[in-house]
Amino acid sequence: MLEIRGLAASINDKPILKGIDLTVPEGEIHAIMGPNGSGKSTLAYVLSGREEFDVTGGTASFNGADLLAMEPEERAAAGVFLAFQAPIELPGVNNANFLRTALNAIRRARGESELDAVQFLKLARAEAKRLAMPEDMLKRNVNVGFSGGEKKRNEVLQMAILRPKLAILDETDSGLDIDALKIVADGVNALRAPDFSALVITHHQRLLDHLVPDRVHVLAHGRIIRSGGPELARELEKSGYAQVVAEAA
Amino acid sequence: MPAVTETLDTVQSVTQSGYKWGFETDIEMDLAPKGLNEDIIRLISERKREPAWLLEWRLQAYAAWLKMEEPHWARVDHPKIDYQDLHYYAAPKKKPGPRSLDEVDPELLRTYEKLGIPLKERAILAGVDPGEAEEAARTPVAVDAVFDSVSVATTFRETLRKAGVIFCPISEAVHDYPDLVRQYLGTVVPVADNFYAALNSAVFTDGSFVFIPKGVRCPMELSTYFRINARSTGQFERTLIIAEEGSYVSYLEGCTAPMRDENQLHAAVVELVALDDAQIKYSTVQNWYPGDAEGRGGIYNFVTKRGACRGARSKISWTQVETGSAITWKYPSCVLQGEDSVGEFYSVAVTNNHQQADTGTKMIHLGRGSRSTIVSKGISAGHSNNTYRGLVRIAPQAAGARNFTQCDSLLIGDQCGAHTVPYIESRNRTAKVEHEATTSKIAEDQLFYCRQRGLTEEDAVGLIVNGFCKDVLKELPMEFAVEAQKLLAVSLEGSVG
Repeated sequence: MLEIRGLAASINDKPILKGIDLTVPEGEIHAIMGPNGSGKSTLAYVLSGREEFDVTGGTASFNGADLLAMEPEERAAAGVFLAFQAPIELPGVNNANFLRTALNAIRRARGESELDAVQFLKLARAEAKRLAMPEDMLKRNVNVGFSGGEKKRNEVLQMAILRPKLAILDETDSGLDIDALKIVADGVNALRAPDFSALVITHHQRLLDHLVPDRVHVLAHGRIIRSGGPELARELEKSGYAQVVAEAA
Repeated sequence: MPAVTETLDTVQSVTQSGYKWGFETDIEMDLAPKGLNEDIIRLISERKREPAWLLEWRLQAYAAWLKMEEPHWARVDHPKIDYQDLHYYAAPKKKPGPRSLDEVDPELLRTYEKLGIPLKERAILAGVDPGEAEEAARTPVAVDAVFDSVSVATTFRETLRKAGVIFCPISEAVHDYPDLVRQYLGTVVPVADNFYAALNSAVFTDGSFVFIPKGVRCPMELSTYFRINARSTGQFERTLIIAEEGSYVSYLEGCTAPMRDENQLHAAVVELVALDDAQIKYSTVQNWYPGDAEGRGGIYNFVTKRGACRGARSKISWTQVETGSAITWKYPSCVLQGEDSVGEFYSVAVTNNHQQADTGTKMIHLGRGSRSTIVSKGISAGHSNNTYRGLVRIAPQAAGARNFTQCDSLLIGDQCGAHTVPYIESRNRTAKVEHEATTSKIAEDQLFYCRQRGLTEEDAVGLIVNGFCKDVLKELPMEFAVEAQKLLAVSLEGSVG
């Protein structure tokens, strides 16, 4: 379970998050929606440990562990996965090699045995197939020369292989056509389990047609101003953020 | 510290480290008085029982050197070196007979086991790992076995001799194959080629000699491991490799030095000759002691390496991974005399802390249809400076010559520098010369991306750097590539965060 209490964070002394309270129980998928600049991506980065952001107050715990006290790689080992809004290119680094290194680092940290190249490839190929992704994605360099859609799909493939306990998707749907959108949604749906939870950050309701959230939260000016069921997403789609934000003010 | 005191300390540490590490009973030192003059050169020549022509040759080099000045065009900076304040002959007295690999320090063996280097190569490559340099020095007997690369090579000499290959110390070659040595020595790098080459020619004490006869493919990788040490003669080593018509050889060299607070001078010369259809592949993993994090100590590495593609369709390929030395001044070059001859230069140069590297290549196209490829990857971290300096010269007669150059620089942190200084001179209209250069930074977001996936920061840097160097590392023989990858990660430890 993810528990966030009064979380405040700033970048270059500019406050972005101004007291976030949010609980995501095990097994649930929560959507975070909100206008541009409301702090959605900052929340994703702060939870995953990006150092450019200063946490100025509040707490965040994951399955009882103090998330904010952990290094990014420790959070990864604890099961936190961030699907990046703009996935990063690593020239010359083979995707399969990258993923195996990552998976083994996580397995090592958890005291599990490492996978050799053969075992890993078997696993990776199966996941790629399940997500209807071409196998050559594994042979290419990490995100280098990938189209926008391919990058997002690569994030989903990584998530499928690393099997996180908490997936944070930072606008993974942006710039995707409807087929790619379905692949992303299917990727998350496939991970649904009693001990898996997800925080899905999105601008648009359309992802949530395929990936139905248990709760929807609206983030504006660094605070959660409204929470509700899946119907809240549809309401926002119809009326826009302006009205909700104005009502909350 | 003034240069004089510094060199003095250098020499003291050189001569005393035997005591420091308990070598005094094991090693008989043969030490010339400090300074450089004709008498010292005569003494070196006499100790090595050299023929008169070689002494003459040395004296010519010395006479030329006296009239020369240290080059100052490189982007490196160091206190003045007092050449009269060094010992030019400080050699351990040779123990007779080859020693077996079983005597190699078990500590080193374990290290290489950890590095995953197979037993056979382990014997050849022992010593390339930097962290064990000191440990190695603490175990006298075993270090001898590892240190004395010649004795390792000797074990293979019989096998090689059956194939017709000569692989021996150059000091032995002078006696055993005087005609070959005399025919080729100094023909690629003339005695007065440059300040350091002239110095080397005057005072060189040892190095490797390789001769591959016509049509022979050398049955194994040849390797020499150089170590600067109190008991070493390797500060001015000289290597000569001759590949006759249609032959092939792959040669590896590794270098380490013990950690010392003072700077030490290393000025080597390597000459390669490839005749018609011959191929020489020369790989280096240079890991001389780079100095400490504050820039104290380390090797001054002033090296002249040059290959002559004399024959038609001959090929010389330099691959280097340069992680060590306080200063690297090194331009492995190819003189492409033969028609359709090929020169290649693949380089990874890493500088961290206060290291300075000014390295690159020269491709001199003389033959028609000669081709060259240059791939240089410079990685700078800490307060270091890393310069690629390269010359591509197309002579008027080199019709249809081609060159492709790619220089990529990677910066880690914001205190370091990367510089690219390409010189291109084309005197033939039909020649084609291409140059590409990029500079990039290991970005925070790349590191964060890797760490978010579970990698530690250091693993992330290693992964990114190895990705950046992939085009060069794949040119290395496989066992060396494994070593080089680990070395890159070690060299950059502590460069981030």
